Amino acid sequence: MFSNRLFNILVPIISVLLGLISGAIIMLIFGYNPIAGFAALWNGAFGDAYFFGETIRQVTPYILSGLAVAFALRSGLLNIGVEGQVFMGWLASVWIGISFELPMILHLPLAILAAAIAGAFWGFIPGLLKAKLGVHEVIVTIMMNYIALYLSNSIVRNLLSDGADRTENVAATASLQSNWLAEMTFYSRIHYGFIVALLMALVMWFIINRTTTGFELRSVGFNQHASKYAGMNVSKNIILAMVISGAFAGLAGAMEGLGTFGFMSIKSGFTNIGFDGIAVALLGANTAFGVILAAFLFGILKIGALNMPTAAGVPTELVEIIIALIIFFVASSYMIRWVILRFKKEGK
Amino acid sequence: MDYVIEMLNIRKEFPGIVANDNINLQVKKGEIHALLGENGAGKSTLMNVLFGLYQPERGEIRVRGEKVNITDPNVANALGIGMVHQHFMLVDTFTVTENIVLGSEPKKAGTVNLKHAEDQVRELSERYGLNVDPKAKIRDISVGMQQRVEILKTLYRGAEILIFDEPTAVLTPQEIKELIDIMQSLVKEGKSIILITHKLKEIMEVCDRCTVIRKGQGIGTVDVSETNPTELASLMVGRDVSFSTEKTKAEPKETYLSIKDLRVKDVRGVEMVKGLNLEVRAGEIVGIAGVDGNGQSELIEAITGLRRSESGTIRLHDKEITNLTPRKVTQSGVSHIPQDRHKFGLVLDFPIGENMVLQSYHQKPYSKKGVMNFKNIYQKAKNLIAEYDVRTPDAYTPARALSGGNQQKAIIGREVDRSPDLIIAAQPTRGLDVGAIEFIHKKLIEERDKGRAVLLLSFELDEIMNLSDRIAVMFDGQIIADVQPEETNEQKLGLLMAGNSTQKAGEQ
Repeated sequence: MFSNRLFNILVPIISVLLGLISGAIIMLIFGYNPIAGFAALWNGAFGDAYFFGETIRQVTPYILSGLAVAFALRSGLLNIGVEGQVFMGWLASVWIGISFELPMILHLPLAILAAAIAGAFWGFIPGLLKAKLGVHEVIVTIMMNYIALYLSNSIVRNLLSDGADRTENVAATASLQSNWLAEMTFYSRIHYGFIVALLMALVMWFIINRTTTGFELRSVGFNQHASKYAGMNVSKNIILAMVISGAFAGLAGAMEGLGTFGFMSIKSGFTNIGFDGIAVALLGANTAFGVILAAFLFGILKIGALNMPTAAGVPTELVEIIIALIIFFVASSYMIRWVILRFKKEGK
Repeated sequence: MDYVIEMLNIRKEFPGIVANDNINLQVKKGEIHALLGENGAGKSTLMNVLFGLYQPERGEIRVRGEKVNITDPNVANALGIGMVHQHFMLVDTFTVTENIVLGSEPKKAGTVNLKHAEDQVRELSERYGLNVDPKAKIRDISVGMQQRVEILKTLYRGAEILIFDEPTAVLTPQEIKELIDIMQSLVKEGKSIILITHKLKEIMEVCDRCTVIRKGQGIGTVDVSETNPTELASLMVGRDVSFSTEKTKAEPKETYLSIKDLRVKDVRGVEMVKGLNLEVRAGEIVGIAGVDGNGQSELIEAITGLRRSESGTIRLHDKEITNLTPRKVTQSGVSHIPQDRHKFGLVLDFPIGENMVLQSYHQKPYSKKGVMNFKNIYQKAKNLIAEYDVRTPDAYTPARALSGGNQQKAIIGREVDRSPDLIIAAQPTRGLDVGAIEFIHKKLIEERDKGRAVLLLSFELDEIMNLSDRIAVMFDGQIIADVQPEETNEQKLGLLMAGNSTQKAGEQ
């Protein structure tokens, strides 16, 4: 028998390969050269320091939104509301960033903390409804996404600006941007946020794998009945899982608000950071380390794709299709698992 | 001698294991033939081969002397082989007849001709003394009756050879008696029966011959008239087994658990425990006998804090534990071996080692200031695994991968190790084989002898009779009788369980 660990590594790798192969086939069908296409993708992500900086910039929020989804999933909850929690985190970080004059050592942590709290609060509501009333978290979080989108638009327009489309820039004391990093990467938008993201991956790993809280969360995620029998407070753990998950998501928002953009603007639709987080978590098998790897892959695909139309003439839509195919193959990991087992059996 | 079924040198492999090796099963026409073996011995595999669900790697099957190739269950049906499944396959909202014809509906001008089918079902039912109303809805009839519908299903399809898969597991003592009558009337009419079981008493009572399988190997076939339960058990397990658990007379001391006027509702809000009174003293095993669904589960859930009590009190020593949280109940000195070990007893996806600290993970030395100490946890787990003979590759193996008996031993190890005052054991041996049952019974008696109070809930009368120092019969949410095991027998208990008063049961 294959061990679970090997499966968890093998299945995502095969999914990615199948996605890339299908992408190549589609490029061929539409008359593009897949080798040139993938070379352009690669160069677009790593071709020079600027592209590399942009890739890291894109990876940063993906790590955090992936952690958010993964954390909830480990506790048996599907947090579709990461998108909304990102909005709330973004809004809170910018609000703090433009409203205070403080030394950096206070201002930046305060802005980041505000983002985590805002995201956590946005996760707390569906968690509470699930724990106390049994309302399914998927329905509530989907609705909360829309509330977050339009609430933050309204606040940006009416409270944080005088009817403008965006806020002013956050104070330098609350910014994650770094001239030093920018200069090194030909003025890409890379910022210090990736340190926060990697740190949070460590935090997630520690909470899930090393603390009694993590033990309870995983236990509740696997079997609520046994958890209750063992004396764990199931309601408390459901709420806690959503709160921590929301906090990670809020931090992803802070990355955009304090790092990439330095302001918040009115959005016509979702950023997709939260929704992509679902795919990142799935591909990363819901582990902290896996999420980092998956976030890198998504970041590379997203940023590298920008180079494909110019360098190889392949439309970006196609890259979206390749990403979708990878997600499809990950989601159907059961199928891949079955095929592997089948081969294994016949090989014997 | 004519054999109606012959399975010769059957071998069936699955990746990594040989489920059946060199097994011979020869069933004579008109006999009840037992297929005996521990859980996992390969009984079901063998029957699935006969029923066409698996193809054997080697060996041949003959039906009425002719070599056959049973490629799927339809072929088995056509050969007159019918299976009465342990888990009924019935549509609740359909009538008996509708369920029976399902899949082979008699058609008349494009519509189902139920009238004709009903007559056939009634005729079959009368012929074999099944006493089934063809027009009754499945949800309105008892479990025993549902089983007869399953039997009728096979007869309606013309089965000559009936396979019964652990048929008595879900029945009350009275229903078991009725089932045995039915089986006997079936063979009188020339049918042949294969009875899959690990209950020796039933074999002795009803079977003509018995084929024993152990660890996938055919051990042999014996005439039931020339053997005894002890011999059958040692054939099955491969060593000598003691049944009537050795125990000295109980020396009950002070009252540990006392329950007064307890009322508990189930999930639907229906009152299931209706003013129940019960006491369990230190150093005794009190067995709760009763037909499933008379409030036993709700009672245990109320004691352990898993369900709210509406009114009444539950006391442990002098301390009231009514409606405390499960953790507080555990910490007051109650251990609970739950009825459904997969649902409540274990987190199946956790390693067995971590399941060993499912209640105590938040205490030293298993964690400190909220940080787990896995070294200490696994050290403890390894000790318990060794002490309670839990067979597992290592402590890191997921609980799911262990056999039922080993999962149960792990739970018992964990629960007993906490040195509780009260042990609640709900169906502690359900679905386990003789070896594991023996081990668990011995442990429970050991704990009693250490001065602990043991509350045993079981639907197996044998277990209640063997283990209990006192039997409390539960009916309709109350304890309606308190009897000594030596002063009663299964018939009397059965009547009490059906709600008859002590006096009436005494007159029988």
